[in-house]
Amino acid sequence: MPNIVFVHPDGAREELEIAEGTSVMQGATAQGIDGIVAECGGNCMCATCHVYIEPSQLALLPAMSEEEDALLDGTASERRPNSRLSCQIAVTPAMGGLVVNLPERQV
Amino acid sequence: MNRPGTVLVLGTGQAGFQVAASLREEKFDGRVVLVGDEPGLPYQRPPLSKAYLTGKADADAVRLRPDRFFAEHRLELRAGERAARIDRAGRRVVLASGEALPYDHLVLALGARNRALPVPGAELDGVVQLRTLGDAEGLRRRLETTREAVVVGAGFIGLEFAAVAAARGVAVTVVEAADRPMARSLSVAMSAFFRGAHERQGVRFVFGASVVRVLGGDGGGRATGVETADGRRFPGDLVLVGIGVVPNAELAADAGLAVADGIVVDERLETSDPAISAIGDCARHPCRFAAGAGPVRIESVQNAVDQARCVAARLAGRTAPYGAVPWFWSDQGASKLQIAGMAAPHDRAVVRGDPAGGAFSVFCFREGGLAGVESVNRPLDHVLARKLLANGADLAPEQAADPGFDLKARAGTPRAA
Ligand SMILES: Cc1cc2nc3c(=O)[nH]c(=O)nc-3n(C[C@H](O)[C@H](O)[C@H](O)COP(=O)(O)OP(=O)(O)OC[C@H]3O[C@@H](n4cnc5c(N)ncnc54)[C@H](O)[C@@H]3O)c2cc1C
Ligand code: FES
Repeated sequence: MPNIVFVHPDGAREELEIAEGTSVMQGATAQGIDGIVAECGGNCMCATCHVYIEPSQLALLPAMSEEEDALLDGTASERRPNSRLSCQIAVTPAMGGLVVNLPERQV
Repeated sequence: MNRPGTVLVLGTGQAGFQVAASLREEKFDGRVVLVGDEPGLPYQRPPLSKAYLTGKADADAVRLRPDRFFAEHRLELRAGERAARIDRAGRRVVLASGEALPYDHLVLALGARNRALPVPGAELDGVVQLRTLGDAEGLRRRLETTREAVVVGAGFIGLEFAAVAAARGVAVTVVEAADRPMARSLSVAMSAFFRGAHERQGVRFVFGASVVRVLGGDGGGRATGVETADGRRFPGDLVLVGIGVVPNAELAADAGLAVADGIVVDERLETSDPAISAIGDCARHPCRFAAGAGPVRIESVQNAVDQARCVAARLAGRTAPYGAVPWFWSDQGASKLQIAGMAAPHDRAVVRGDPAGGAFSVFCFREGGLAGVESVNRPLDHVLARKLLANGADLAPEQAADPGFDLKARAGTPRAA
């Protein structure tokens, strides 16, 4: 299982194994990571699973849907070029070592 | 207000879990005790009629958080315990086991239960409802051998189930008293779209019909179908009842709190006793987005979660009235319905987009103002609608219907005073 690295706003790092095909959001909430709320359960409805991806690794991710793009305009922490919704990122083998920065706030 | 030492939460569903989690996010450092009558860890209900039913998600995937989360955040979870009585004078709740739990503040997050089908035969084997993980487990197993199903009630849950069953090759008949699906919630145009979408998947609708009897009983107490008031019979070895819910308000009523189809709360979500709040499916609250500003009882994840946050913030010392824009979704087959605001009732509805192509929104207006927006496969409209409603932006029906009109720009502009 690929290892995903979560970096909290205070710099604390946590590393999790997330099964291929599972979303980064699912993997994080199922293992109790703080900082991802995911109130809609991965339905691309709430934007409370917002994360900042390490810019050099953005190309590893699936393309962004129009829906995700629209929701990212409504995140609680500012949208940046490397903003994504973690429920829309299904883990692939190539994502081993992916660095996911958690925002200050989700709501 | 003084910060209470112990917050006791009754109900461990979406709202109960969230108020506990949010209290810790708000840095509340007193005791948080959660009492719920369902076994196991808190879970989400929406997947029960969607991914869980199709087998795409398992019981672990619907859990809101793992064990570890509760321990790390010092949330004392008492699963499988039923609250029997609120002793307001003594500020304690008595459990069915007889144990009494003290509180400084009590949060009622008791949810709702499915309305039972009030006809003979409703107790037969094969007549089922869908509310809990236990219900969903049973239903998923039954679906493996079901060939024909009757759905009583063309509401959200009944139709989500119908879509899943039809996709498995089950012959589904939906019997509904109104003349169109989801009539209480949806505009005529959106309702018509979903009727067509289900019919194309093989679902048969029977409108204007009420079920008077569940047939069966000779074959070992098993349901074999339903009979309607006009004497027609529709076969089904499975009868799914989805005719609405009843709020779990008895505990509050017995304790002398104001109850009227739900536990009555004010704009701070306090009940008639300021030491007790009520949130989620069980609460009736004033809502500026509803006709006549409510009060309303809303059954949605958004409502449960946002109300939970509002109460948690108040208990942590940041009081603000509840005023979140309501939103909701329902997945029915390939179509994802999204609703922003309180579209029903409305006096004018205009379509934006292309209904024939399966991607459009219905903008619903009430007394000249935007009341709500229903979207199918138009996620951007939905997101903008939430902003339009939050900002109270002006929007004319003609503008909403004009594909060239820049909704995004308007959504960013609060209404001029
Ligand atoms: C099948 C299904 C699909 C849904 N799909 C969607 C959807 O797609 N989108 C959406 O927005 N919403 C959906 N909903 C609605 C949403 O799940 C609810 O609005 C939400 O769960 C409400 O949360 P709640 O905490 O208020 O109530 P619940 O989640 O019902 O939690 C209340 C809990 O309190 C417990 N309880 C009651 N009485 C007592 C007592 N005396 N002592 C102890 N515990 C008690 C109950 O057993 C229950 O566990 C769906 C609901 C169902 C059933
Ligand atoms: S979990 Fe709601 S948008 Fe990702």
